[in-house]
Amino acid sequence: MAELKVEIVAADHFVWAGDAKLVKARSVDGEIGILPGHIPTLSVLAAGDLEIDPVSESRFTVQIDGGFISVDSDRVVIVADNAVVANAA
Amino acid sequence: MGAQIRVYRQKIASTSSMRKIFKAMELIATSRIGKARSRVAASLPYANAITRAVTAVASQAEVDHPLTTEPATVRRAAVLVMTSDRGLAGSYSASVLKQAEHLVELLHEEGKEVKTYLVGRKAQAYFDFRSREYARVWTGGTDAPQFETARELREVLLEDFANDYEQGGVDEIHVVYTQFKSMVTQEPTVIRLLPLEVVEDESETPTDELLPLYEFEPTPEEVLDALLPRYIDSRLFNCQLQAAASELAARQRAMKAAGDNAGELIKKYTRLRNNARQAEITQELSEIVAGADALSG
Repeated sequence: MAELKVEIVAADHFVWAGDAKLVKARSVDGEIGILPGHIPTLSVLAAGDLEIDPVSESRFTVQIDGGFISVDSDRVVIVADNAVVANAA
Repeated sequence: MGAQIRVYRQKIASTSSMRKIFKAMELIATSRIGKARSRVAASLPYANAITRAVTAVASQAEVDHPLTTEPATVRRAAVLVMTSDRGLAGSYSASVLKQAEHLVELLHEEGKEVKTYLVGRKAQAYFDFRSREYARVWTGGTDAPQFETARELREVLLEDFANDYEQGGVDEIHVVYTQFKSMVTQEPTVIRLLPLEVVEDESETPTDELLPLYEFEPTPEEVLDALLPRYIDSRLFNCQLQAAASELAARQRAMKAAGDNAGELIKKYTRLRNNARQAEITQELSEIVAGADALSG
């Protein structure tokens, strides 16, 4: 199965990059879940938790306070104003 | 005679202690440059991601956004000048201010009013001393800028940009900052921040990579609404970071030059002191010889 290449960047630092099976985020309209093969999307994110299920690690969440997510051909870029990794999934 | 030697000794002592201070400041600046440069590098992924997204929206959706539309007439322009808080950085702040003066002159020639925003105590001092007006000033932390400051700058600038001319609003916004090119070259640069011209660096994206057809959520307009302020944030933050790195590099160079000059001075005074001491000895000798001659003769 294809994997998502995920990159999370905050305004002043790089947060995380890696392969993932699933990314769940809270957009301004509601929840958005991204699996491999998702259509290209550009969406505005609301403040909340971001859930990532990496291929080789255990699932973790990242707290963000707004930003946006862009998906194109299994490349997911999450741009957050401020991101804090909270490891308890 | 003895007095002369004492004066030279005092000068040598004071110059040596100054040299110690210069050396210490040079070392501090050197150690901070590395950090400042890595912060510039750390902000790049964010800037690239935002630029890419803005380009995607702008290229696909024909959206007229107030931030990207050129006003028909520009009657007042804002100029944001980024200098340092502290001196002892050679011509760093002076050259930025000179560049800003040029820009203001140019804008005046084009018949535009100019509203000035300042960053750094040096700019504030410069304007206060000449009793010139400025709209707002931010001081503190120019050598280690925070993202919050960039956001605050953007909020104030955008508010003025949104206002009408009659209410003190501006039609375009320029930023004067120092671009960090390398450790030895930092160039005072002027960019026009608003209205936005979204230009993606050609070198960063290979031309065969086509931007996919995105689906926008909720709507292209709202996505753009959320993206553009962030894009401005990231540009302002980048300017601040580069200015900080330039400030430290300029300070390091200035302090190195000062330390070297102090060394030269110490060398010069040591020679003069030795000369004076030798002259004193020679005089004493000739006095003794003359005295002995007088007695024996």
